Amino acid sequence: MVQYCQTHFDASFGALSDATRRGVLEQLGRADASISALAENFHMTLTGMKKCVGVLEQAGLVTTAKVGRVRTCKLGVCGLQDEAAWIERYRQLWAARFDELDIVVEELKRKEKANGRKKRK
Amino acid sequence: MGVRRESEATPTKNRTGVERKSERELVVTRTVNAPARLVFEAWTKAELFRRWWVPKSYGLTLLSCEMDVRVGGQYRLVFRHEDSTMEFFGTYLEVTPHSRLVWTNEEGDNGKTVTRVTFDENAGKTLLVVHDLYPSKEALDSGSTGALPEALDQLDELLASLGSSSATK
Repeated sequence: MVQYCQTHFDASFGALSDATRRGVLEQLGRADASISALAENFHMTLTGMKKCVGVLEQAGLVTTAKVGRVRTCKLGVCGLQDEAAWIERYRQLWAARFDELDIVVEELKRKEKANGRKKRK
Repeated sequence: MGVRRESEATPTKNRTGVERKSERELVVTRTVNAPARLVFEAWTKAELFRRWWVPKSYGLTLLSCEMDVRVGGQYRLVFRHEDSTMEFFGTYLEVTPHSRLVWTNEEGDNGKTVTRVTFDENAGKTLLVVHDLYPSKEALDSGSTGALPEALDQLDELLASLGSSSATK
């Protein structure tokens, strides 16, 4: 599992407590975007979106860079780790579940085999 | 955030793959070394299902597990949760023996998640594909999968709900 730093978590969870900010992260996960494009997609004012991105940036979830007059946002490394982490936990749950399913199914196979033998006799 | 993860196939061990297909969909895959009829049985008989659905390592107590596996039939799982209980329940929408199961998850507050499981047999092995369609992106991000949890100390609790509400369940 990814090792987390507590301070980073506090900032991240604060940033992630808002549905719009989570939405912005999701969108940036698909492609980088300018603040004005994000504002338009989320039906927010430019100022509102700047604030929103600012919070994400402070939490290390997003980085921004200004090129000419456009400020482009992209996912920070931490953001990717967070998603990778929850997907990994989810995967671990299912892996554990399926490992136990394997045991149950193996038992069914043995039973079926035993029954098959009896029937043939 | 759109990280795509495919199962890393290894020849020696069955691998569990998880992929976020879209903002509302999560897909889990695994190959089981048995014919589909046996795998299907383990998914549809309560006394078998309850033996594997909650991994022992998660330390959760499943108090009861009722499954009326037919179209329109209900299931209900009850877990001990601290001093009280948690219930997960829903309705089977499709039951096609040995190949397909679809059910709803009705315990959530933000609409129903629909779980579809397909059993695809090939050369004596069965490919399981568990597909969860959430009612909204928010339900997936903040809901039962434990995505983007609110605090570290809630992770275990999230796993508990994950274990039972994301796909159940």
